[in-house]
Amino acid sequence: MSDAILNIENVTMRFGGLTAVREVSMAVPRGSISGLIGPNGAGKTTVFNIITGFYTPTEGAVKFDGQDITGLAPHMVCRAGISRTFQNIRLFTNETVLENVMIGCHVRRKAGWWEAPLGLPRFKREEREIREKSVNLLETLGLARLADERSGGLPYGAQRKLEIARALATDPKFLLLDEPAAGMNPPETRELMAFIRDIREKFKITILLIEHDMKVVMGVCEHIWALDHGVKIAEGDPEAIQSDQKVIVAYLGEEYVKYAEN
Amino acid sequence: MNSRTRNTVLNCLALALLGAFIWWAEGNLDGYKIQVLNLIAVNAILALSLNLIYGFTGMFSLGHAGFMAIGAYTCAILILTPAQKEIMWILEPLIWPLSVIQTPFFVAVAAGGLLAALLGLLIAIPVLRLGGDYLGIATLGFAEIIRVVLTNLDFITNGALGIKGIPAYANLWWNYGWLLLTLFFIIRLVGSNFGNVLKAIRDDEIAAKNMGINTFFFKVVAFTVGAFFAGVGGALMGSLVSTIDPKMFAFTLTFNILMITVAGGLGSITGSLIGSVVITVLLEWLRIVENPLVIGSFEIPGIPGMRMVIFSLALILIILFRSEGIMGMREFSWNRLFGRFSRGGDGA
Ligand SMILES: Nc1ncnc2c1ncn2[C@@H]1O[C@H](COP(=O)(O)OP(=O)(O)OP(=O)(O)O)[C@@H](O)[C@H]1O
Ligand SMILES: [Mg+2]
Repeated sequence: MSDAILNIENVTMRFGGLTAVREVSMAVPRGSISGLIGPNGAGKTTVFNIITGFYTPTEGAVKFDGQDITGLAPHMVCRAGISRTFQNIRLFTNETVLENVMIGCHVRRKAGWWEAPLGLPRFKREEREIREKSVNLLETLGLARLADERSGGLPYGAQRKLEIARALATDPKFLLLDEPAAGMNPPETRELMAFIRDIREKFKITILLIEHDMKVVMGVCEHIWALDHGVKIAEGDPEAIQSDQKVIVAYLGEEYVKYAEN
Repeated sequence: MNSRTRNTVLNCLALALLGAFIWWAEGNLDGYKIQVLNLIAVNAILALSLNLIYGFTGMFSLGHAGFMAIGAYTCAILILTPAQKEIMWILEPLIWPLSVIQTPFFVAVAAGGLLAALLGLLIAIPVLRLGGDYLGIATLGFAEIIRVVLTNLDFITNGALGIKGIPAYANLWWNYGWLLLTLFFIIRLVGSNFGNVLKAIRDDEIAAKNMGINTFFFKVVAFTVGAFFAGVGGALMGSLVSTIDPKMFAFTLTFNILMITVAGGLGSITGSLIGSVVITVLLEWLRIVENPLVIGSFEIPGIPGMRMVIFSLALILIILFRSEGIMGMREFSWNRLFGRFSRGGDGA
């Protein structure tokens, strides 16, 4: 692979007797929007958890931008430039929209916590910069009017968007989205697709997303991997995946495919 | 005048008002009322320190009595005169150099806080490394161990006899001075983006890690800073009541602080202040129920411990009916106060 931002090399993840991911390799092209698909329980979220340091793979390695990040703690993975959203939204619900984004800015700051009570100039300047950066980010993403709302009280679509905004606040090079369109109606989904393309351009990042909505996957992804029972069953561009026999079988079930063919 | 300068002016005014009040109280209030005012300040310091640990960072800790004990003993030993120490340590003489050291009150209180912080650090690191699920139990155990150690280290603590005649330096000025220092420190910390980081850990630790926050580090920091101010509170408390012994630092003490923090509102600095006023006064007032009650010719004997029963019932009621406490997570702010006035003031 000439220019991959992320290389997953022969990764296996076992939980006791259950093998959630089996010898999966992926090379995510730099600057792309890519997709990871598969039926429920295929191991997609597990792959995300391995990339972001929440799980250490039983076997195999993860390399990001030339650096081996296998087994790195989650906060160090974030510092390296990877950020994500969660399948079940995980916002800091008691905090405002603005504070959620400001928390995302923390990872890039230089001042130590003890400078806060002392009120040193460097600390004050940084506080101002974090606030400005967060306000600007909210404006760019069209969330500015919600800045002072408690994030837990936002409508569902706005919560999803805020989770992406918060992830972007960490200045990532690589963004992982776990089912960003889940629970959205068709107009919201269409808006989300434009949003995803938009942030790739604006922030010059690579995006890998998990999604069950095939309109989203086929509409925005340039490269797709398909998992089933923890095994990679196919890889390619949207057309190739759509016509792949294994993928069709995995999604529709063998019986149904036989039935449809007759 | 913009709202910033206005707030600075108002803060200075409030400080001046507090100063004037203390000056007036010293000259005009009786000793008992002054003692209650002192207790309010010390309880507020303790509640703020627990709020930092539990309310803002979400770590359920039951070790406050332990930290207070460390602070109280350290401070007491440092402010007693060498002559007093020679007379008082009868089981075993106080070891050198503690037997000859005597420091100013401020230094002694700060030393009490620092030693408590050091112990906080020593228990936080292993327990929080393990994930912190058992922090409540571990800190409770720690506080009990402290008590056992205090009872047995005769050559430092004078064992079960405790320390008497601690100089009563902790007057209104010192107690409210330390309260202001605590407030300043915690407001600055919690009001900054580091405060947001602590709240993030409380709200969702997994998401916080994902945001690049070293949650272990910040939990240790919050716990250690909280332990410091708990030690300060204990140091002041010792000088305030003038007698300390290991029994004084039993779980009830932690429970009282927890009650103040929860009743005021977890995650609200204003709540901790209001809570310490309300609960301290309530606890004093409830002493009545422990005294014998005479109605006509009947005399109902006082029931020792009744105060704590009522107190515990009150805690249960709070948890059932107003679990967020008096303030919830809200804070008092001049801006909000004036915002409300300017909006609501149209008709007036
Ligand atoms: N921490 C864990 N311990 C044990 N088993 C786990 C753990 N995490 C995931 N699994 C199992 O691994 C398998 C894959 O789960 P995963 O969440 O990765 O699926 P998924 O592809 O994201 O599915 P969905 O589309 O439903 O989100 C499941 O059988 C799940 O129960
Ligand atoms: Mg999943």
